[in-house]
Amino acid sequence: MSIIQSYRLRLKRKQLLARAFRKRREIKSVVDRTDGIQGDDILAFSTLRNERVRLPFFLQYYRDMGVNHFLIVDNDSDDGSREYLLEQPDVSVWSSKHSYRRSRYGVDWLNWLQRKHGDGHWCLVVDPDELLVYPFCDTRPLRALTDWLDASSIRSFSAMLLDMYPKGRINERPYRAGQNPLEIASWFDSGNYSISRNWKYWNLWIQGGARARMFFQDNPEEAPALNKIPLVKWSKKYAYVDSTHMLLPRGLNLVFDEWGGEKASGVLLHTKFLDTFSAKAAEELQRREHYSKSVEYLAYAQSLDDDPELWCKWSEKYINWRQLEILGLMSKGNWA
Amino acid sequence: MLVHTALDRAEQVARHWSAAGCPVVIHVDAHVPRKTYKAFAKALGNAPTVRFCQRHKCEWGTWGLVAGTLSASEMMLAEFDEVRHVYLSSGSCLPLRPVQELIDYLAARPQTDFIESATTSDVPWTVGGLSDERFTLRFPFSWKRHRYLFDKYVDLQRKVGFKRKIPNGIQPHMGSQWWCLTRQTLSAILEDPERDRYDAFFQKVWIPDESYFQTLARLYSGNIESRSLTLSKFDFQGKPHIFYDDHLQLLRRSDCFVARKIWPRANRLYDGFLRDPEGAIKMTEPNPAKIDRIFAKAVERRTRGRQGLYMQSRFPHEGFEHSITSGRYSVFQGFSDLFEDFEPWLAKATGTQVHGHLYSPERAEFAREQKVVNGALTDSPALRDYNPTAFLTNLIWNTRGERQCFQLGPADETAPIWFIAKDPNAQISVISGAWAVPLFKSNRNFADLRQEAARLQKLEAEQLKVLRSVWAKARLRIWTMAEFIEAPMEPLQSIIDEMGPHSLRRLTEAPKMADLSGFGQFLQNLKNQGMHPYLMGDFPVSPPGLNQPKSPRKPYLVQ
Repeated sequence: MSIIQSYRLRLKRKQLLARAFRKRREIKSVVDRTDGIQGDDILAFSTLRNERVRLPFFLQYYRDMGVNHFLIVDNDSDDGSREYLLEQPDVSVWSSKHSYRRSRYGVDWLNWLQRKHGDGHWCLVVDPDELLVYPFCDTRPLRALTDWLDASSIRSFSAMLLDMYPKGRINERPYRAGQNPLEIASWFDSGNYSISRNWKYWNLWIQGGARARMFFQDNPEEAPALNKIPLVKWSKKYAYVDSTHMLLPRGLNLVFDEWGGEKASGVLLHTKFLDTFSAKAAEELQRREHYSKSVEYLAYAQSLDDDPELWCKWSEKYINWRQLEILGLMSKGNWA
Repeated sequence: MLVHTALDRAEQVARHWSAAGCPVVIHVDAHVPRKTYKAFAKALGNAPTVRFCQRHKCEWGTWGLVAGTLSASEMMLAEFDEVRHVYLSSGSCLPLRPVQELIDYLAARPQTDFIESATTSDVPWTVGGLSDERFTLRFPFSWKRHRYLFDKYVDLQRKVGFKRKIPNGIQPHMGSQWWCLTRQTLSAILEDPERDRYDAFFQKVWIPDESYFQTLARLYSGNIESRSLTLSKFDFQGKPHIFYDDHLQLLRRSDCFVARKIWPRANRLYDGFLRDPEGAIKMTEPNPAKIDRIFAKAVERRTRGRQGLYMQSRFPHEGFEHSITSGRYSVFQGFSDLFEDFEPWLAKATGTQVHGHLYSPERAEFAREQKVVNGALTDSPALRDYNPTAFLTNLIWNTRGERQCFQLGPADETAPIWFIAKDPNAQISVISGAWAVPLFKSNRNFADLRQEAARLQKLEAEQLKVLRSVWAKARLRIWTMAEFIEAPMEPLQSIIDEMGPHSLRRLTEAPKMADLSGFGQFLQNLKNQGMHPYLMGDFPVSPPGLNQPKSPRKPYLVQ
């Protein structure tokens, strides 16, 4: 039985790669600086639409961390995002006017770019509103982590999505370009996550956090998945299945210990809930280009009309990675 | 010095040694491309006391490392007559103390060999599950590249009963590969007439670099100090821990002479330790205890984890949790039905967090009517019932250090009874049949009451079956209601005593029990309607005569 299943997943992986190959025509290179990529560079991949205001901080954050090159697909932005990216010396840009949804939320495009440029590199796949935090990230660059992962023969690194939100209404404090979004959205839910195993793909399925608490009280099964594996020593045989939630081959999804120990893991601080959010939600509701016909955004829009406050008495204020590790949201594993 | 990567750092360290007056012989792995090697050798060409020995192919766990060490040792002893101690180090080693301190330290111990060396039976380092068998089996397959073949071949040899002979009856010893030997001992090993035999033997031993010198030094050395002067910590897979910039202070305070492995890009470490010495020369002994603790904790975290934590990188299979919740908690069934003010009373008596029915169908009844508690856990029943065990483990984890108590009842159908029953951290106290009291007190049609009583009794009977199963590990107490009201204080006292030190004093105040006069008749009425209430035990039907005085309820008092 398991042989049959393994074979099916192999077919599935081939199919994903074929799909990525087909979808490569949907993205057009705008500026290609990938010639400058060195053998052991760390690459970041991202798909975005109208994120101009977030880009300066996003790029700087990951540059400081040690990302050497950014490969970005611009999905038809009209707010100057593309023009801004073109000016950056370490960014290669592709653009697409095609459907985000039918490229499976950009996964097909990035699978193709990773297959073409990511082979043999440590690849980080993040959205512009996601900030990676890993153990010792205040004193050790990302390269220290990837070197350690290499030395430990670990191919993939888990970083759960942690929804950050401001205290007060989300429209209260405007976000300025270049500003650290954590200055505004500095709060999170520390202990309301529910985890189950996906036996088919071997990954964990994590739900909960502020979004489940506020928007999915009545239908928790539809709450967004928070498990993510954004950092992978890429091979052209690999493929993301569903956003960065899971990968094939499925061994890459075993980022957790099953025998009681803790593996090293990080957190993706998800700074979605800034003042830019309402506009975004309204637009996405029109476009219906997001997951499950934007059921997420639908739920937000309904609640957001009532002007909710995500913050509650038991929200935690973000301090640093050590706090997240003490709270049990991430772990140093045996990295010391 | 054995070198295979980060040649720029190796060059820096070699210069540092040589500038302090220590000749250096470098062995560069033969896997390093000729061009890179040439450039490296050229860069060090102007250092007068640095030499390069014959290169061998080094792969982890194979003979190449020993061959390289032997070549380097021969060259060292032949070319530098004044050398008394030879220190084996690697390209990723970093001297932490001024070299002069090491020279003085060794000069004060001219006859001592520093080499960690223990017999195989006495050490727990058994990566791959091999200790003795490292010496008695053959290992033609690479452990790193062909793990499957390696394992299968070991299995096969075990099955067949194959054993190699150990030459001359030497006693195999193992230990850290980073040693510091005296010229006497090292030359004795190199010039041993039997060396060809030993070499031939060790060539087929697994990880000979941890046993060759460790074994042979025992033959010649008069004074072995079985420890390594190199600070080198290993994780649970036998892979060396790596030091980074943020370890600077820790390494400083360790007073070790040399540490490995250093991350090649740890600029602050290299800049900080490869400076000219300042201040007085110290003669302190190395003291790696603090570093030991930190790395031991890392291994513990990786292998055992934090108990009761479920997260993205710790999700144990059932039975491998080490402890399925992170702290002790108490579950009460029937108490809040029987006593009118049980929850406030319990909170006052024990100082713990006392919740209502956490698994009530309407909402999670948190203490003090809160809608959200620690960790932003909400009272939404849908979220709770989506994953009832996660709800409980989250609550217990979020409130570490503060004991939680909550009520349970037969109507709380989504409660993870099996999970709680199997948890040794749970203290469960049940008064069976007490659910009948609220029914008795309620103002409802008897037909409804009868139906509800039948339902609750069935549910509670199922719960009790689970709690009494052979797999239950919780601390469990069950009374029938009749039993309990005979002498309620005693069980209450023992439950509270067990809950912890904050309630060592005796209870001074009892919770108020509901008025049960007429309860016996109520049960009899149920019986008369064909529903048999049995979980509460035997209650006498109080005589219904009109003129007879009502017998006062049996008082229960605090002794």
